[in-house]
Amino acid sequence: MGLFILRRTLGFVLTLLAVSVVVFAVMNVLPGDPALTILGLDATDDALAALRAELGLDRPVLMRYFAWVRDALGGDFGMSHSFRVPVAGLIGERLPMTVSLAVAGMVLTVCLALSLGIGAAANHGRPGDWGVMFISQLGIAVPAFWLAILLVLLFAVKLRWLPPGGFAGWSDPVAAIRSLVLPTIALALVQSAVLARVTRSSALEVMRLDYVRTARATGLPRHRVLWRHVLPNALVPIVTIVGMQFAALVTGTIVIENVFYLPGLGRLIFQSIANRDLPTVQALVMLFAAIVVTANFIVDLLYVWIDPRLKARA
Amino acid sequence: MNRVPANLLLGGALVAAVAAMAALSLIWTPHDFAQMNIRGKFQPPGAEHWLGTDHLGRDVVSQLMAAARNSMAVALIAVAIGGTLGTLLGLVAAALGGWVEDLVMRLADLGFAFPALLFAIMLAAVFGPSLGNAILAIAFINIPVFARVARAAANQIWTREYVLAARAAGLGRFAISRDHILPNIAAPVIVQATIEFAVAILAEAALSYLGLGAQPPAPSWGRMLAEAQTLMYLAPQLAIYPGLCIVVAVLGFGLLGDGLRDLTDPRLARAR
Repeated sequence: MGLFILRRTLGFVLTLLAVSVVVFAVMNVLPGDPALTILGLDATDDALAALRAELGLDRPVLMRYFAWVRDALGGDFGMSHSFRVPVAGLIGERLPMTVSLAVAGMVLTVCLALSLGIGAAANHGRPGDWGVMFISQLGIAVPAFWLAILLVLLFAVKLRWLPPGGFAGWSDPVAAIRSLVLPTIALALVQSAVLARVTRSSALEVMRLDYVRTARATGLPRHRVLWRHVLPNALVPIVTIVGMQFAALVTGTIVIENVFYLPGLGRLIFQSIANRDLPTVQALVMLFAAIVVTANFIVDLLYVWIDPRLKARA
Repeated sequence: MNRVPANLLLGGALVAAVAAMAALSLIWTPHDFAQMNIRGKFQPPGAEHWLGTDHLGRDVVSQLMAAARNSMAVALIAVAIGGTLGTLLGLVAAALGGWVEDLVMRLADLGFAFPALLFAIMLAAVFGPSLGNAILAIAFINIPVFARVARAAANQIWTREYVLAARAAGLGRFAISRDHILPNIAAPVIVQATIEFAVAILAEAALSYLGLGAQPPAPSWGRMLAEAQTLMYLAPQLAIYPGLCIVVAVLGFGLLGDGLRDLTDPRLARAR
């Protein structure tokens, strides 16, 4: 058990390191001069040289990489070129928006998907099952940003129930939550289509097992058997997908924040691309990739907790 | 016995429709898709413009058709590049085994840490946004997917007796990979390619919507949606059609892939 966690932790740290190498390499080693990218073609040689010195581009690549990792571990992501403030501060300001969006999206995804998936499995082969399967097949093909646009068309443009986008801050909590309703739904609906499918097939597999029949035979009510006995044992594949989906949700916020003009990390990335703010883009891409890797790592650890049989093997 | 799966039929039909639309746009569209006519903007659907015109008076049907071509071309190039490289890596990993296999699979794991969006963002930041960078990003995320599929399938074939016989006959590992392994892993690789086609179409749409893919005036469903979003109060219908096209294309390739898998691997079909 301890060995298993140790090995996984080591693998996690190595993956993070490898990810940092890839991010740094793409942003720094690929042909192209960041100073020229930032300043444009009509920059003077002096200005270019000054900016190269400011960005540390006059130092060897390896030294720059180690300095970047060392500073990042200490929470220093360098200076944003366009905002003229530390990147860490920019991230700190916008992180709560992205995190609340991703967490709300995940909670909604799991609630929707488990109910739909278990419901479909319980009604296996009947219209309810087909309905869920049809909707989830469709849901997988619908781009989240288009769903978001359709939601805005219906609830903001036509019915005028909710704002079409923007975010005025948390000083007015009701208005803030109202602005986050549509983005959360847009994020969650598509993801829950995938998860509902997995939940359904995993639950169907468990429902065939003898102990479920025994539980039924002892006279337990149907819904109790489903939620207390079927679901916990169907969780391993579900958790795998949830882990992958959290990663998809976090990167999905990049798209959704841009659809709804929400001031989170996703908007910041695009502002930084438009401003040619390479240090900020580099920090944000690393942050998002790190979140993806961390989510996978947590899923690995959760397996052991959910399925004690794996503990014995580990 | 030889029942064709329903998802194969429906998927095939949808894909054929999109492919026909894309192919037809090469020789004919109702109007020039980039032809502007400011006086004729926001026309309702009619005999002249079947789905009306956009804010610049451009014919919507013609744009949708040209965008289908763009979408299919991007998916084809990206999946071809990623699929070829990934399959080769998987073949090499299975043929050599040992630390090479470990290394390739660890690299594949690493690839999964980068969704296409993050990779496209990095490329756009360094080189500026372009359709080429979007294709590169989508191709890149396909490499680990195909490497895994090809390696898993190849490892199975390596245990077969005819491979053993080929080794006994003195054939080298790469000759066996080329003559015996590759033809026998073609089915799962093709199935995966069909599914990845759907993923690539979705990714291209999202990247173009965000401005990281097709640049104006190149036609793209994603870019049409980005433009339509700014006109939602004026012409909400413009935000409907491109999305429907994306759904039809993605659904088509997804169903086709599922159907092909059921057809080539009957064990899976029964297990479902």
